[in-house]
Amino acid sequence: MSEVADLRARAEALGQSLPPLLAEAEHLAATVILGEHGRRRAGMGDDFWQYRPAHPGDPARSVDWRRSARSDAHFVREREWQAAQSVMLWVDPSRSMTFTGDAGRVSKADRARLLALALAVLLLRGGERVGLAGQGVPRSGRAQMLRLVERLSLVPPDADYGVPEEDGLVQNGRAVFLSDFLGSMTGVEAALARAADRGVRGVLCQVLDPAEEEFPFDGRTIFVSMGGSLTHETQAAGDLRGRYLARLAERKDRLAELARLSGWVYQTHHTGQTAQSALLWAYQALEGGR
Amino acid sequence: MIGFASPLLLLALVALPVLWFLLRAIPPAPIRRRFPGVALLLGLTDDERQADKTPWWLLLLRMLALAAAIFGFAGPVLNPNPHVASDKPLLILFDGGWSEAQDWPKRIAHANDLLAQAGRDGRPVAVVRLTDAPQPVAFQAADSSAGRVNALLPLPWLAGYAGWDKALPAGSFDSYWLSDGIAHDGRADLLAALAAHGAVTVFENPHPVLALHPAGFAEGAVQLSAARLGGGAQEIEVAAKGPDPSGIERELAKTKLHFAAGEGAATATLQLPPELRNRITRFEIVGLRTAGAVSLTDDSLKRRKVAIVSDGSDREGLQLLQPAHYLRQALQPLAELLEGGVGDVLSANPDVIILVDVAKLTQTETDGLLAWVGKGGLLLRFAGPKLASSEVSRAEEDPLMPVRLREGGRTVGGAMSWDNPKTLAPFPEGSPFHGLDVPADVAVTSQVMAQPDPDLASRTIAALADGTPLVTRKVIGQGQVVLVHVTANAEWSTLPLSGLFVAMLERLAVSTRPALPELADLAGQVWAPEQVIDAFGAEARADAVAGVEGALLAKALQDGPSAALPPGLYAGADRRVALNAFGAKSVLAPQVWPQGTVIEGLTLATERSLKGPALGLALLVLSLDILAALWLSGRLGRLGRLGPGAAVIVLALLPLADRAQAQTAADQQAIAATQGVVLGYVITGDASVDAVSLAGLRGLGDQLWNRTAVEPLDPVAVDLEKDELAFFPFLYWPVTADEPVPSAAAYSKLNRFLRTGGLILFDTRDGDIVGAGGASPEAQALQRIASGLDIPAIEPLPEDHVLTRSFYLLQEFPGRFVGGTVWVEAAPPDAAKAEGMPFRNLNDGVTPVVVGGNDWASAWAVDDAGAPMYPVGRGYAGERQREYAYRFGINLIMYVLTGNYKSDQVHVPALLERLGK
Repeated sequence: MSEVADLRARAEALGQSLPPLLAEAEHLAATVILGEHGRRRAGMGDDFWQYRPAHPGDPARSVDWRRSARSDAHFVREREWQAAQSVMLWVDPSRSMTFTGDAGRVSKADRARLLALALAVLLLRGGERVGLAGQGVPRSGRAQMLRLVERLSLVPPDADYGVPEEDGLVQNGRAVFLSDFLGSMTGVEAALARAADRGVRGVLCQVLDPAEEEFPFDGRTIFVSMGGSLTHETQAAGDLRGRYLARLAERKDRLAELARLSGWVYQTHHTGQTAQSALLWAYQALEGGR
Repeated sequence: MIGFASPLLLLALVALPVLWFLLRAIPPAPIRRRFPGVALLLGLTDDERQADKTPWWLLLLRMLALAAAIFGFAGPVLNPNPHVASDKPLLILFDGGWSEAQDWPKRIAHANDLLAQAGRDGRPVAVVRLTDAPQPVAFQAADSSAGRVNALLPLPWLAGYAGWDKALPAGSFDSYWLSDGIAHDGRADLLAALAAHGAVTVFENPHPVLALHPAGFAEGAVQLSAARLGGGAQEIEVAAKGPDPSGIERELAKTKLHFAAGEGAATATLQLPPELRNRITRFEIVGLRTAGAVSLTDDSLKRRKVAIVSDGSDREGLQLLQPAHYLRQALQPLAELLEGGVGDVLSANPDVIILVDVAKLTQTETDGLLAWVGKGGLLLRFAGPKLASSEVSRAEEDPLMPVRLREGGRTVGGAMSWDNPKTLAPFPEGSPFHGLDVPADVAVTSQVMAQPDPDLASRTIAALADGTPLVTRKVIGQGQVVLVHVTANAEWSTLPLSGLFVAMLERLAVSTRPALPELADLAGQVWAPEQVIDAFGAEARADAVAGVEGALLAKALQDGPSAALPPGLYAGADRRVALNAFGAKSVLAPQVWPQGTVIEGLTLATERSLKGPALGLALLVLSLDILAALWLSGRLGRLGRLGPGAAVIVLALLPLADRAQAQTAADQQAIAATQGVVLGYVITGDASVDAVSLAGLRGLGDQLWNRTAVEPLDPVAVDLEKDELAFFPFLYWPVTADEPVPSAAAYSKLNRFLRTGGLILFDTRDGDIVGAGGASPEAQALQRIASGLDIPAIEPLPEDHVLTRSFYLLQEFPGRFVGGTVWVEAAPPDAAKAEGMPFRNLNDGVTPVVVGGNDWASAWAVDDAGAPMYPVGRGYAGERQREYAYRFGINLIMYVLTGNYKSDQVHVPALLERLGK
């Protein structure tokens, strides 16, 4: 009974939160679409992409005779590439993502979910297949987006720090990992290694709260992780600032190094900034340009 | 010097080092903070292990707080009164008379100190005022006596100790005697009784006791005398107070009394006109507020105005036979005497008129006397041969006679008579003479006889032994008519030769007695208090005091007032007697205490408990500690974010300094100068020139009031070095030959003044006799002064300058001199005359200076009556010149206030019409 009641309560909560989240994600995605058009490369597809001079070896069938008749050379009509990609999204569901350094700021988890969903909106509009890691195979279409929304919201926080899930990664597909990457690095390393084995490339987006970047603490303090599993006591928090920041920078360097080695792209996003820049960057990174 | 109520508590200070270790070991509580980045912190150690201990200054702060608290609870007392610890009950005695009223608050404060001390020692206390009647003494807890002590007031008489030694409680107790330092009867006995119970400490204030004897009257002057308890040379002032003619209490006279060093008495005399003297109600020593320093006056100071009307001129040379002679002798020292006809003395409105053997009065005199008696006058008539032989009041009672008279009178004991001379009967009760002794040697040989009438008996106030009326009285309105049936000389009786005559005159209130009333004067009457004074010499309620028997009053006049007879003014049937706190025969003698008595004085340093301040300090330090602890644990920043609330709390903790800002003289001047348009003139240092400037601007101001809408206030002298110039639109600057050059600061002020629209009229007052840019001393001084000023190029005043038409149409600008060139700022070189216009287009710029030498101020100057001060020109032409000088001044002020308004083209048509073009 209680499970059913709990489920129902959560479903109702979701029913209230879904439209705003989706609306926000679509609103965010819309700002990106304005500046981005198509896949910008020739390939299989319906839309005209460009005319190019015919090379030897081009089948005669592909020559566009109407265009070629207007000049002396032969032109081939190319269509825009419309092959669909499979993109797996992993949003860190851990408790550490629920942190926010200021009541006026969104939590890291909120921002990560928003980014993931907005990315999904963009990709689905582009005709790609999008899925959540560990939540079944990627699919395309509007229905998949609603499914994504539901699953993103339903994932309950469990551990203190998350470990990327690489289940469901499609061979040669794309992946997006959204996390604060403050936990142990072994899980990240293993996941990236397996992804590289399958030829998957992708994006590591580290979402951090400004408080984690600045460490604005002083005095005698006991720091507790969000789940309470880790504690650290200090007499003068201010004295730790320098060493903490050094360790954070080390962690970022390590992530960037990992990403570089496995052909991924790494970026840090702060919840204090707008989501738009991060979305733009992630989208372009998925396009494979950089 | 600091003492402690519970010094043992100070031992707790030993615990402070222990606290040091405890506090060092316990650091401030940490904050629990959720922070995902903790994963990165794992393994980091703190740099200094010291940081987990409390910082030394915080330790010091807390120890200071604790030390202050311990100090406060130990009950520190600044300037503690040294005292011998005792647990015996304490008896505090006040003499409680007027002699202590002067420093009563100090005595009460001292008694409160004693009570507080006794409270700390846990001693029961009893408080006794020795001016009270003896009553049983009960010891109480010290704090329950405090209220009684504070409500205790001195009484307006001096302590009497009779019976108090019997009223003392049994058992052993200590005594503290707050004494007035005056020797009183019975003090030694009481002291001995107290000493039998325990230790006696005596308190005496060296403050001298001063007292004023009742004022006397001798040799036509008021005699004042004062007493004191020793001391060096001293001068006191005695003021006589009483109602002025409108009934308001005032100081009527004042005199000084000198005490020589070591002397205990001082006297002075006060000469006063009788009108003033009769109004005096009290004398008091100025600056002293005690009953002893006040002496009320009674009728003994009052002198009645007595008029004697007689026609004694016919018996020249026989002075002793004149009836008026005896009256004069009796009344001279006691009353103001007038002599003359009835009409003359009536206009002086005397208290008493004595008609000595005057028989016939005119109708006017009768009417006047009747009206006067009706208003309260006393008409005293003496019989005599004329009255006996006249027809007055024979058949019908005369309105001014108490009885009808039988014809001829009678003579007894003479050669032709069988009878002996008659003696006087004792005075009956109800007669004003009741109580006077009748001397046996008073004999009456002749008298006028009263007709037996129904009311004769009631009108008789003195009779002969055979019952024949001797003195009769009739009441008319508020006054009375008294007839003495014998002569005022010794012809008919020996009465005028006896002391009874004087006493009877006194009883009739014809005269008043000179000195202390005797027992005989007072006995037989009830004296009701009319006015009572308290120990501080102030008037108190008299209605609560019962009337007293005359004998008691007479005794009190000798021995001084008491509880039953407080000092004041007692009224009897026909006179008032003042019972003063310090009597005529009272003396002030210093109390000599027996050897070995402990005597204390008022110490200047009073006890002051430091408990409150010490605990307050502890609290303050603790609240500082809160802030410090917050700061240490990093929470102060969050507190700061609470914003205004925290700021308000901090501000509330700060003492607010409210300092009234004194308004400076400069502000006053600025306010005065901005009430309206004020014309200023520069002070040259030459008083005559400045006076002319002032008068000139005043005259110009008057003309402006009369003729224009400009209504300037009084002109103001301007000191260039000191005064602010911004308030003046216009400065008149007469240049003298030896004028000093202003300082740099003054120059900067002047230049600012000129740049911001001010105008200075420089006047060399030399009539420009040596021509433009001349070398007269004044012109040279002007050049010297102007060299530092920011003055543009100037030119002689052109014909079409606005000054020529800003109010009047003018072409010359005379002052006392005519025709001198007037210089103004040069017109711009491109100013051109427009087509069809009489004037150039000079719409911009108002000249900051006008320079000339026509001595305008002298032409404008008027004296206080508004008349011109200096002649101008000659005759009618001169007046016309003065008129033009005024017109120039008005034009100038208009130009100053309106600028180039009249230069505007809109005025051209009207001006053209006026100019007749």
